[in-house]
Amino acid sequence: MAADTLFRRITDYASRPDPYPLYAELRESKVAPQDDGSYLVGTYHEITALLHDPRISSDRRHRSDPQEARLAGELAPSFIGVDDPEHDRLRRTAMRPFGPPHTPGRVDAMHGEIVRIADGLVAGLRDKQRIDVVDDFAYPLPVTVICRLLGVPQEDEPMFRGWSDAIVGGLDLNPDEDPTQRTQAATEARRAMGVYLGGLAEQRRGKPSDDLLSAFVNDQDPAGGLSQIELMVTSVLLLVAGHETTVNLITNGMLTLLRRPDQLDLLRREPALMPQAVEELLRFEPPVQMLPQRTPLVDVEVAGVTVPKGAPLVLVLASGSRDPRRFRDPDRFDPQRTDNQHLGFGSGVHSCFGAPLARLEAQIALTALLRDLDGLRLAEDPPPYRRSPVLRGPRHLVVEHDGLRA
Amino acid sequence: MSGELRDGRIVIVGASLAGLRAAETLRDEGFAGSLTLVGDEPHPPYDRPPLSKQVLLGRVPATATGLPARRPVDAQWKLGVAATGVDGIGRRVFLANGEELPFDRLLIATGTRARPWPNPAEAALDGVFALRTSDDAAGLAERLDAGPRRVLVIGAGFTGSEIASACRERDIPVTVVERGPAPLVGALGGTLAAVAAEMHRRHGVDLRCGVQVTSLEGDGRLTGARLSDGSTVEADVAVVALGAVRNTEWLAESGLAAGPRGVTCDAGCRAFNMYGIVTDDVFVAGDVARFPHPLFGYQLLALEHWGNAVAQAEVAAHNMVSAGPFRRPHLAVPTFWSSQFGHNIKSVGVPTYSDQVVVAQGSLREARLVVVYGYKGRITAAVSVNRAKWLDYYQNLIETAAPFPPEPGAADRTAPMIPLPSDVPDPAVLSHGPTVALTGHLPDRRLTLVRHGG
Repeated sequence: MAADTLFRRITDYASRPDPYPLYAELRESKVAPQDDGSYLVGTYHEITALLHDPRISSDRRHRSDPQEARLAGELAPSFIGVDDPEHDRLRRTAMRPFGPPHTPGRVDAMHGEIVRIADGLVAGLRDKQRIDVVDDFAYPLPVTVICRLLGVPQEDEPMFRGWSDAIVGGLDLNPDEDPTQRTQAATEARRAMGVYLGGLAEQRRGKPSDDLLSAFVNDQDPAGGLSQIELMVTSVLLLVAGHETTVNLITNGMLTLLRRPDQLDLLRREPALMPQAVEELLRFEPPVQMLPQRTPLVDVEVAGVTVPKGAPLVLVLASGSRDPRRFRDPDRFDPQRTDNQHLGFGSGVHSCFGAPLARLEAQIALTALLRDLDGLRLAEDPPPYRRSPVLRGPRHLVVEHDGLRA
Repeated sequence: MSGELRDGRIVIVGASLAGLRAAETLRDEGFAGSLTLVGDEPHPPYDRPPLSKQVLLGRVPATATGLPARRPVDAQWKLGVAATGVDGIGRRVFLANGEELPFDRLLIATGTRARPWPNPAEAALDGVFALRTSDDAAGLAERLDAGPRRVLVIGAGFTGSEIASACRERDIPVTVVERGPAPLVGALGGTLAAVAAEMHRRHGVDLRCGVQVTSLEGDGRLTGARLSDGSTVEADVAVVALGAVRNTEWLAESGLAAGPRGVTCDAGCRAFNMYGIVTDDVFVAGDVARFPHPLFGYQLLALEHWGNAVAQAEVAAHNMVSAGPFRRPHLAVPTFWSSQFGHNIKSVGVPTYSDQVVVAQGSLREARLVVVYGYKGRITAAVSVNRAKWLDYYQNLIETAAPFPPEPGAADRTAPMIPLPSDVPDPAVLSHGPTVALTGHLPDRRLTLVRHGG
């Protein structure tokens, strides 16, 4: 019987290709207590309220389960895993070389380079009639971009791909499985990647160049800058978050469009619609399906249910973005939708730091694929999915095409 | 519904943010009749928030703040000509050039103008400015470019504080003279005003509170000012930032409930006449409107906020083309923001409608905080300094009339919350109006009166 609870069915790998009917079930109650003590929330208005509620912590060390709190405390959390004012200080420091107000043009200035990277990757598909959108395009694009942005040599990519897999594995939610081993593997990987990135940053001390690692060790920051540990933890976060999610956004986007040839044709004819289409993808098939690490600091009442202090609170963003009480006809993919305040990047103080870069990469990537490849069609539907129910996307997406356009 | 409401002649007096957004909404909602917009400035509608910020910093020319058109409005534009009166019975608007515009429905969106320096001869000195229009901003920006020796800012409300901030960012010496006890006190009360004073001083502003400028000195050109404490300030530029005056004089003979506090209207933006009877064909929106709000005891509010101008214009326009049961009330929770000395200040609700405040998140010392305002045990407003992303939470508490003080438990507030008096001064004793004006009476004054009576 227990195996039938909603949370187990959502996290069950068999649900990965289409979790949306389960989300509809979740929305029947605004707050769904699970038998493992966690609370799931899947309705738009309740999720947005909780994302702005200062009594909801992002720090797993506030969990009442002592084992969970201990595992979370083993390595310093990154700024997505801590609360204000610590979160605010770390995020602002990391933002200094990346975005407004100090570096407002950073992402925009990468436009040309991302176009060149995307065009280069598409050109490499010329002689392959069957391509894997993930391995041949959607993965290498953001990896190249984040490496250049951070200042990581791209030849090290195979090394950090292993670490990254382990870190993402730590986010897996399987209520039937003891998370200790996965969590420890993730912690190990974060530590190794942190040492590696910290070493790279150290090499740049006193030799400023135009990348974030260099800025972290060389720029004057009135907030005091980052300690050695903070530098490592923040760099790991940026490297992992900077590519794991964008791969899924691009791949989910291609899959969604290939399933809807009329919309694909529309975007091919009117590429100016692409920014709007990417927003709709973030609503319709978001790379981050849920935020699993929220915890109330006091008993918090949500839609008449008391979520106790210290309980795991899981905000299912992908469900909220398809809530019929917020969006008209929510299960329809409509690239021309204008009322589209989705939860794809979260909301509130932890709203996605890299959103402008993710948007730009997805817009450029999908534009390049649609423009250059003729007669695109899915070879396998549904495709095989990655394990994680949190960062959801196909592991492979095999498509066929009739060749490069002239 | 009623087809005739989609047709006929609509005149909008006031061609700024509220006027333009109303025109766009009328067309969006299917109004197919003739539309005329009247504006006394020669410029097409422009945005004002950048005038005291990016324009004074020299980043954007004053001519580049035009408002983007969200859709074509297919209107006749009468710019550079003021409206001088309304004949409510004959349904005509009179213009300064002698023209008469007949209408079936009228929208008044004439907004406010800068309160002028009371002595016209002193106000005429070269170097004395106000900051309300795009032309004002262009003139002042030019003087700042020339590198004045010192700028005198008279009044430390939001506009005065933003001007002082821009001057300091450009390394121009600046003296701010404020009649009240601290900057922003009229809009935010005593607690945050103390934070604002600290912000000014830390950025090198010569801030003088509790004094007034008694005269501006000069012979053709401004040379300085005398203050009520007997001191003097030498300055070659002075900016008069003493709040705003509502543009209602042209309505003196209109028979409408129009006066210095604005044009009174119902929750659906329909103007009242001088007998307190609601009109059917005259609507009001934006800074000039004075309207009742249920969240704030139905006190009449007059707001000088960008967001209010937009929201109220949309409601007014909708109601102009909708029959009775389909009309909507203007119930938006007021919000506004300011940017000064590198700090982002944002407000939801009406801070002046309060008797107590608490620091709910962060701390006064860090100048990164959320202050929550309450009136008689209910949350009525919240103001953040560099913490704007939390305000949605407090807006929800305001909308649901949640108890004050808010429940504890915020991650970044471990010390207990101690309510303090909100210390909102009576606007009558300030030399400039707060930007969130309760045009009835102050709630805490009423509280005092009740105690005396009991």
